[in-house]
Amino acid sequence: MDWFFQQLINGLGLGAIYALIALGYTMVYGVLRFINFAHSDVLMLGAFSAFYIAPKIEKVFGSQSVLACIMVFILAAAACAVIGMTIERLAYRPLRNRPKLTVLITAIGVSLLIENTAQNERVLGSAPQAFPQLITERAIHLGNLVISSKDLLTVLVTLVLLGGMWFIVQKTRIGTAMRAVSFNQQAAALMGVPVDRIISFTFGLGSALAAVAGILYSLNSSIEPLMGVQPGLRAFVAAVLGGIGNLPGAVLGGFLLGLLETFAGGIEGWSNYRDAFAFGILILILLVKPAGLLGRSSVEKV
Amino acid sequence: MKLSKLIFVAAASVGGLFSLSSCKSGGGNSIKVGEFASLTGKEATFGTSSHEGTLLAIEQVNAAGGVLGKKLELLTEDDQTKAGEPANAVNKLISKDGVIAILGEVASSRSLEAAPICQLNKVPMISPASTNPTVTREGDYVFRVCFNDNFQGGALANFASGTLKAKKVAILTDVKSDYSKGLAKSFKEKYATSGGVVGTELDFNGGDKDFKGQLTAIKSDAPDAIFLPGYYNDVALICIQAKQLGMSIPIFGGDGWESESLLEIGKDAMEGHYFSTHCSIEQPTPEMTSFVNSYKKRFSGKSPDAMAVLGYDSAMVLVDAIKRANSTESGALREAIATTKDFAGASGKISLNADRDAVKALVFIQIKGGKFTYSATVNP
Repeated sequence: MDWFFQQLINGLGLGAIYALIALGYTMVYGVLRFINFAHSDVLMLGAFSAFYIAPKIEKVFGSQSVLACIMVFILAAAACAVIGMTIERLAYRPLRNRPKLTVLITAIGVSLLIENTAQNERVLGSAPQAFPQLITERAIHLGNLVISSKDLLTVLVTLVLLGGMWFIVQKTRIGTAMRAVSFNQQAAALMGVPVDRIISFTFGLGSALAAVAGILYSLNSSIEPLMGVQPGLRAFVAAVLGGIGNLPGAVLGGFLLGLLETFAGGIEGWSNYRDAFAFGILILILLVKPAGLLGRSSVEKV
Repeated sequence: MKLSKLIFVAAASVGGLFSLSSCKSGGGNSIKVGEFASLTGKEATFGTSSHEGTLLAIEQVNAAGGVLGKKLELLTEDDQTKAGEPANAVNKLISKDGVIAILGEVASSRSLEAAPICQLNKVPMISPASTNPTVTREGDYVFRVCFNDNFQGGALANFASGTLKAKKVAILTDVKSDYSKGLAKSFKEKYATSGGVVGTELDFNGGDKDFKGQLTAIKSDAPDAIFLPGYYNDVALICIQAKQLGMSIPIFGGDGWESESLLEIGKDAMEGHYFSTHCSIEQPTPEMTSFVNSYKKRFSGKSPDAMAVLGYDSAMVLVDAIKRANSTESGALREAIATTKDFAGASGKISLNADRDAVKALVFIQIKGGKFTYSATVNP
């Protein structure tokens, strides 16, 4: 039984990261109806920003202090928000009135451009580098179970950010505008909603989430320019699984995928096929519910 | 696998046709030697080390007047640790540059990609450190200056039952790597025949970041040790997560662990674990001492690892063969490399057997106090 609960904890820790990334995918999809494939690279850039910011912050606020840790998160999220908005301004906005396929292909192009530029030795370099230890690692022992502080932090941050996003979208003016743009861009523009600014804001928000996810993903690990590809793909699947465009759906999908992957990874003979297992479940669910678990073609979309 | 191999061979043969016309104009005052290595990417320390060793060897030979009255010219291609790139690199070196021999790679998957091309073009290839047994089976033009995994797997199996006194061992294999799969297989066979029990056997994909699913399953099976034949990046992350899960059993692996990055990423989570490798730079032979000294002098104080030593030896074995063949003609050169016997390399005495593998001793290293510490030697 210990085995089961430990896998549950591991799966939730991993799933929370997928959920955070999926939130970014789903928000952009909600507003623009396209998949921002560069999202996984913004995640990587978030981790690298933290990698470069952390030593400077820790000099001021002390190594592994809570304050320094929070500062690193905020600064990296801000850096990525700017990056996300820049990508939107330069690559996607000029294509606003073109077919969706054009934007989709551009997104793949942006993703490849970032990955390959970053791999150049004069930019970030392609060799993995150890990520700084931002918080002191403390494990909580419950009998034979081990809960690492990293997993706990990840789950908490994900739930808090989900709540925050929900609040922004449902309860604020800008959120109302986001929903209006999502519902009908032209009508929203006619009603005086500054569409370009709203879309830019959505990208900023989504990219900030990606930065947070990137840092949590890199804790106790190493970073390299292609680190975003695998979690990015899975988070995309998670967003579809939960019903793309739906915030709680993205989080549910993320947790589900993390759990499936962890459990499959721990079964002999299955560990090699854990992706196939997770993606097989995805196909099954989509056969029964084509719009995803929580997806409904209603005003819920953001 | 089959299909991709076919494509490489097809590409290589087209390249071969071109080389017939372009190569003749070569000649000149230098002998061109090709090298492909993972200078960047996930396993960058492998390529960087082997390249530096090779470069040092070429520079030393040239400083001493070269071979056959000509200077050696080393042409290096970076395969970026990516599948598919070694074929491009080797095709270019053979058909465009017209090299007389190819040196490389460390990782078996990438050597296996280049070997059929070298074989087809009849250009001798010497791998410094690819240990998968199938590498040299690609043909009679493919050699290596290290032991293969049949030997390494056996030594690791003896180590598990002998030194570690482990009755049950879990195995965690990287399914993306021919090296990992091959080493796991030979370990399993030898360990089972020596009476050990193979516990949980799980897989991962090289480049994964989360291994807790596999480690938790292994933990609940309670083995005495974990055998982890992987490359240093994944190994470091796995050891970190094993420590997080409160696992204190020894983890051990093969020469894929050999990299300074293992300690940089893994830090204190690596403490007490073991791996086998080709040589230790603490070996008290005059060849090793002189190599370590000149390496440190050439690369501003940097300490060499086993991959650097083998990169050096692969080039030196080639130079020795050119001298003995008194020619760079491919057939004669192949014969000379194949008959290498008791060559005094930095890593030890190198003799190539009928399978074109070197028969050499292996050393065990333990990570102690954040350092690679020599632990034992196993003779073939």
